Amino acid sequence: MEDLINEFIAETREMLEALGGEIVAWEAEPDDRGRLDEIFRFVHTVKGNCGFFDLPRLEALSHAAEDVLADVRAGKRRADPRLVTAVLAIIDRIGELVQALETGESISSSDDNQLIAALSETGDSAAPEHEAGTGAVIEARKSLRSIRLSVDLLDRMMSGVSDMVLARNELARRLREAPGNLAIESAFERVSGCIAEMRDAITRTRMQRIDNLFVSLPRMVRDLAAELDKQVTLEVDGGDVELDREMIEMIRDPLTHIVRNAVDHGIEPSDERVNAGKPLTGSLRVSARQSGNQILIEIVDDGRGIDGERLVRKAVGAGVISSEQGERLSHAQRIALIFQAGLSTAQEVTAISGRGVGMDVVRANIERIGGVVDIESKLGQGVRLTLRVPLTLTIIPALTVSVGGHNYAIPRSAIEEIVRSKNNSVKIESVGGARIAGIRDKRIPLVSLGDILGVEEGSEMADQSMIVLKPAGGDVYALAVDLVHDHEELVVKPAAPVVMATGLYAGTTLADDGSPILLLDPSGIAASAGVVLDQNEIDKLTAKPVTERATDDETPALLFRTIEGAKRVIRLAVVERIEDIPPEAIKRSAGRMRVAVGGRILPLAGCSEKPDGPIRILRLSDGVTELAYGFAEVIDLVSLGPDWQPASSLGEVGGVTLIGGDQVEVIDTYWLFGAHGRDGAAEASRPVCALPRDDGWMEHILRPIVESAGYRVVAADEPQAAEADVVIASADAEIGSVNGGKVLKIRAHLDPANENDDSIYRYDRAGLLSALSTRAAIRRKDGE
Amino acid sequence: MTELLLIIALAGQRVAIPAEDVEAVVEIEGLTPIPRAADHVAGLAALRSRVLTVIDCSASIGLGRSCIDGPREAIVVETDGHPYALLVETVEDVIEFSGKVRPVRTSLASGWRRVARGMVEAGEDLLLLVDTQALLAGPAAVAA
Repeated sequence: MEDLINEFIAETREMLEALGGEIVAWEAEPDDRGRLDEIFRFVHTVKGNCGFFDLPRLEALSHAAEDVLADVRAGKRRADPRLVTAVLAIIDRIGELVQALETGESISSSDDNQLIAALSETGDSAAPEHEAGTGAVIEARKSLRSIRLSVDLLDRMMSGVSDMVLARNELARRLREAPGNLAIESAFERVSGCIAEMRDAITRTRMQRIDNLFVSLPRMVRDLAAELDKQVTLEVDGGDVELDREMIEMIRDPLTHIVRNAVDHGIEPSDERVNAGKPLTGSLRVSARQSGNQILIEIVDDGRGIDGERLVRKAVGAGVISSEQGERLSHAQRIALIFQAGLSTAQEVTAISGRGVGMDVVRANIERIGGVVDIESKLGQGVRLTLRVPLTLTIIPALTVSVGGHNYAIPRSAIEEIVRSKNNSVKIESVGGARIAGIRDKRIPLVSLGDILGVEEGSEMADQSMIVLKPAGGDVYALAVDLVHDHEELVVKPAAPVVMATGLYAGTTLADDGSPILLLDPSGIAASAGVVLDQNEIDKLTAKPVTERATDDETPALLFRTIEGAKRVIRLAVVERIEDIPPEAIKRSAGRMRVAVGGRILPLAGCSEKPDGPIRILRLSDGVTELAYGFAEVIDLVSLGPDWQPASSLGEVGGVTLIGGDQVEVIDTYWLFGAHGRDGAAEASRPVCALPRDDGWMEHILRPIVESAGYRVVAADEPQAAEADVVIASADAEIGSVNGGKVLKIRAHLDPANENDDSIYRYDRAGLLSALSTRAAIRRKDGE
Repeated sequence: MTELLLIIALAGQRVAIPAEDVEAVVEIEGLTPIPRAADHVAGLAALRSRVLTVIDCSASIGLGRSCIDGPREAIVVETDGHPYALLVETVEDVIEFSGKVRPVRTSLASGWRRVARGMVEAGEDLLLLVDTQALLAGPAAVAA
């Protein structure tokens, strides 16, 4: 009898879990017959089983719900929200009672009748109708044909298999030491293969569909939204992704918390959404997918986003950071403040999510299982949270490194990249006792593993390798180690408390050679090195971009392939950005190639004829002038050293240098801007020349000359003309109040009319241009 | 009631520990150090594909770290699922003990006082009965 009751409890619970989503879906679409049938089947089954076990309360509840649902099925009643809520209340109570049955607690029966009464509050007293549902019950049972195993047993199997793997590794090592017998070796190979297969299978038995985690979400979101009077649609995706059972349990609370937060703080009330021009109903999307050895769980809402400014103000107010530090934080760093203890953006603590459990706890929980939380937010548009967690807790991919002659393992999930200290793109600087690694354009704190562990480093800094670690959103740092060995799949065991007390290790494992290895805890090391605490400090020290510091002897430069296929390099400082350009935007006009981009026309270099297909351009700027340089593809970011051979003649290519053993042409940016940049000058900085209106000769013949000299032309009677740098007038015209020094008189006759005539003959091109440039020079001087 | 006691030599003293605590007596070689761990934690050692946390009993009693160059005798103890190896000087014998554990009446050095559970009579000798848990915990546990 005991067994049967347990069976009943387990079955009812499974059905309840499966039902969670169905009920909400049914509410949204009360006419959905399939879902109604599902729910009906559930209460019917419960009722049937209760009669068998003599559980009168459960029977009364399920009976009442069954009656109402039968009415709905028969079309006698409609599933209005009140009815759905009443049915949900009953189903919840059934869940509680089943739980109580298992634990032996007792739940007051006083309001059972109220729950039942709530069902029939329509005044429409339909006669109870019993529908035969035996077929349905059998069907529900069939889908549940499986055995239940105690989780302990699974855990024991898993740990047994882990030991087996380790024993196999040891045996393999011993066989390597004493080789010779082929028969033994091939037998060992077989055993080895079997063990690997076993390990896979047992790992899989511990896997659960992440659905187990997701099924409760629709109901939770529905209840929350109703409570807060918001409208939210939840979209769940990727429920068939499988995850270690233990992992699922570890993620449950953080995920619940994040979803609650999203509904409570993220998604705005309907009226606010309408004012913001958003759809009335907020959208919340929870999805899971597998990516290599990790599971990615994304929670995306389209709510109001996180107000970085406000977080900074709160953090400053709470004394977490100083106001100066606050100003220096990047957007991502501001958003990441949400992970600081005690900072919640909600203006008031609400009953839903403001329960003292903050995002700091969420992050801590995820990190504890070797996961990472990333957050992105756009104010007014929503938040995207990404949880990255490993597939299982026990076998993790890791990188083995050594320092001071001993090996350590680092979980691969935390590793961003590995770089050699010797690498050209890496610079190590010392700032106030702390070391900073400049890797390409990033500056990150550099932590020496030897220092942290208090062991002698086996090699000079210059020979070491750096492992860029990202233990959690934002706190990237580089860990210097003597040597990087290998990627290995390690069976990790928890370390003894005396070892964990150091805060530096996450566990122990055995290497293939049978020696024990400590698994390093990247966030523990960061904390021990003070990386987390000093992050703001380091930001302050490193506010300057690396491109400015590196100019001593090397300049960062862009190596690219030109349209003709040559390799060329250009200093990165003059490159503003790279854009893709359709061929229609490029045209030979007014004697040169030009490209229309972003509503402007820029002179185009590096491209002698209209291309057949789309090309890419480098937008170059010297601060005043802009021009475009067409090219085929970016090859790499490189450092341009001081050693290069100048070209024999002036031109676009200023010289040749060696990059990775190849001769590469260096672009002479000075020449480039000199040759191409003139008419690309920014509109505002060009001198202005006022020409009289309605003078055909001036308009059609003189104007192009003036413009080619770099002037912007306006008509003399426009208001802008008062600001003009040069006013051109006919020698015989009357010049009124305009400042005489700016006036350039043009005469129609070759000879001047008298000695005081400072006018210029209209076809004296050289004289005209020199006068224009003199006037422009005066203007520039005035400007200074 | 008869109890089995393991007689070992620890920091120059013969002491007894309850044999039921002891899983095995092994020889340990090639320790992997655990940087930054407490002083009495000598390192990690592998035993039949298990990772043992090796405890230097001499340091645990507060008599300084013992020198660990060659192979050392150790007793394997499992606590809360974690296997430990306690480094000892020698393992002498297992005796049957049916007497009473007497309280320690003399004044012991503080390190010994922390690990002593009482005195037992083994044949002619009066031996200190040592608590393996206290050895594992090390000197820091007192302060905490």
